[in-house]
Amino acid sequence: MWRLEEGLPSTELVEREFGADPPRRIGFDAEGLGTWDSGILTFLVGVSRMGREGGVVVDPSGLPDGLQRLLALAEAVPEKEDARSAEGDRRLIALLGERTLHTHYLFWSDIEFVGQVTLAFGRALRGKARFRGTDLALLIQQNGFDALPIVTLVTFLLGLILAFVGAVQLQTFGATIYVADLVGVAMVRDMGALITGIIMAGRSGAAFAAQLGSMKVTQETDAMTTMAISPLEFLVLPRIMALCLMMPFLTLYGDVMGILGGAFVGMTVLDLSAVEYFQQTAAAVSLQDLVGGIFKGSVYGVLVALAGCLRGMQSGKSSSAVGDAATSAVVTGIVAIIVACGMFAFLFYALGL
Amino acid sequence: MEAHPAGEVATPAISVQDLTMAYGDFVLQRDLTFDIGRGDIFVIMGGSGCGKSTLLRHLIGLNEPAQGEIYYGDESFTRADDERREQMIRRVGVLYQSGALWSSMTLAENVGLPLGEFTDLTPPEIREVAALKLALVGLAGFEDYYPSDISGGMQKRAGLARAMALDPDILFFDEPGAGLDPISARLLDDLIVGLRDSLGATIVVVTHELASIFAIGTNSVFLDAETRTMIAQGVPSDLFDHAEDERVRRFLRRGED
Repeated sequence: MWRLEEGLPSTELVEREFGADPPRRIGFDAEGLGTWDSGILTFLVGVSRMGREGGVVVDPSGLPDGLQRLLALAEAVPEKEDARSAEGDRRLIALLGERTLHTHYLFWSDIEFVGQVTLAFGRALRGKARFRGTDLALLIQQNGFDALPIVTLVTFLLGLILAFVGAVQLQTFGATIYVADLVGVAMVRDMGALITGIIMAGRSGAAFAAQLGSMKVTQETDAMTTMAISPLEFLVLPRIMALCLMMPFLTLYGDVMGILGGAFVGMTVLDLSAVEYFQQTAAAVSLQDLVGGIFKGSVYGVLVALAGCLRGMQSGKSSSAVGDAATSAVVTGIVAIIVACGMFAFLFYALGL
Repeated sequence: MEAHPAGEVATPAISVQDLTMAYGDFVLQRDLTFDIGRGDIFVIMGGSGCGKSTLLRHLIGLNEPAQGEIYYGDESFTRADDERREQMIRRVGVLYQSGALWSSMTLAENVGLPLGEFTDLTPPEIREVAALKLALVGLAGFEDYYPSDISGGMQKRAGLARAMALDPDILFFDEPGAGLDPISARLLDDLIVGLRDSLGATIVVVTHELASIFAIGTNSVFLDAETRTMIAQGVPSDLFDHAEDERVRRFLRRGED
C-alpha cells in the first residue's frame, strides 16, 4: 500500500545506505506492491535524483510498467534553469529598491490619473465628453437613493452614541439640554459628512473598483479604447459625477438623521421635550456650519469616487487582482477622507469658521 | 512571396517595420517586419506564449512598441497624435477573445453605442442598423438580450456584429475559434471569409488552430517563442509544403515531420 493518504514515504532509509559505502546500482523489487499512486512516484523521483547526484545507477526495470512510464515522464523534461523565479535569494536591499520604484511608479500614475480626470471634466464642461445620460441616472440611483437605508441607520446611531457620550458628562452639571448643542454641532460640522463619506467608501468605492476591474479582466475597457471611446469619459466621469451630485444630499440627510438620533436619547432618557430639543439645536447650529459640512461631504464624495475608479483602472487582469483593487479602493478612500477631514479641521479653525 | 493579385499595386493595409515588443526589460519579440495586404486574411500564428495576442494589441494601439513602427496605409500609427490615432482606430474593428461585450448593455445597445457616438443617426435608426448587424451574424431577434443571457459562441458573434458596426476597413480577430465547438468554429471561419468577400475588408486573425489557418489564411507570419522573432512568412499552405524552418513545418503538421 503506497498511497498519498498514508503520508509521503521517506527516502531516509535509502539515504542512509548512501552514507559511507554507496552502492553502485539500485534496483527495485515490486513483487509485493499492492495499490499505489503518486505517493510512490515522489519517492522514486527522490531516489532517482539521489542516484544521479551520487553517481549511482538507478534501474527502474523492476517496477511495474505504469510506474516506469510515469517516472520517465517526470524526468523527460529537465527543469528549466530560469523557470523558478529569483524570489528566493533576493536580497533585502534589492527588495527595498524594487518596492520604492513601484511606489514611485504608483504615485505618478495616481497623479496622472487625477490629471486625466480633470481634463476629461474640462471636456465634459464644454459638452465634448462622451457618456450616456442613462448610465449617469442609474449611477445616481445606485449611489444616492439606494444608499439611504444604510446612511439612515448609521447616522441615527451615531447621533444616539454622541448624545449618550455627552449626556454622561453634562448630567454631572445638570446641563443635559446642551446635549442638543453637542449632537447638532458635531453632526452638522463634521461627523455627518465624515461618516457618510466612510459609508460611501465602503459601498460605492468598492463597487466602482470591482466594476472597472472586472471590465478590464473581460477586455471590455480595451473594447472601448479600440472604438475610440475613452473609458475615462465613458466609465469614470459619470461615476465621479454621480457621487459628486449625491454626496451633498446624503450628507444633509445624514445630519438630520443624526440630530434625530440625539433627540431620541434626549426625549427617552434625558426627559427633554422635543420642542425644547429642536429649538436648542436650531440655536446652536448656524447656516455656515451646515454649508461647511455639506461642502466637506462633497469633497469626500469626489475623493471616494476617484479612489474607486483609480484602483479599478489600475487593477490587474485576474479575479484576485479585482479583489485587491476593491480592498485598495476602500482603504485609499477612507485614508483620503480622514486626511482631508484633518486638513479641513485646521483650515476651518484658521479661517475662524 | 506575392500577397496581391497580379497587376494590383496597392499600399499595404498595415505595415509593420522593425517592431520590438517588450514588457519592461523582457523582450517578447524583436525585429518583426511584414506587410498585411488589402483584402488579405492575414494569420498571425505561433505556439502558446509567443506573443501573438500581444502583437495584435500593438497593432490596435493598446500596447506601445518598445521599438519600431506600425503604419496604417502609408501613415504612421505609432507616431500619430491622440486625436489622429482616434480617427485611424475608428476604421478598425476588433473581436476580442472572450467577445468583451459590455455586460451592462443589451446586444442592440452594444452594437449601437459606436453608431451613436460617431454617426448622426437617430436612436430608431441606430436600433435598425444594430438589428441588421446582429442579423448578419445570425442573431436576429436577440436585440434585447444581455450578454450574460446567451452562449459563448453567440457572444462571439455579437462581438463580431459590434466590431462591424462602423463598417471598418480592417477587422482583427483574437483567437476566434477559442472555446467554440468545431462546428461553431467552422461557421465563424465561413463568416470571416464571407465578410472579406462581401465587405472587401482586410482581416487579421490571431490563432493557432490549424484547421482555420489553412481554411481561411491567404497570408501569414509565424512567431517563434524560442528565438523571439518571426521565422516564417507566406501563404500557410505553401509553408506547409516548403517552409525552410523545421519548427514551422512541425507546427503546421502537429509535430509530425
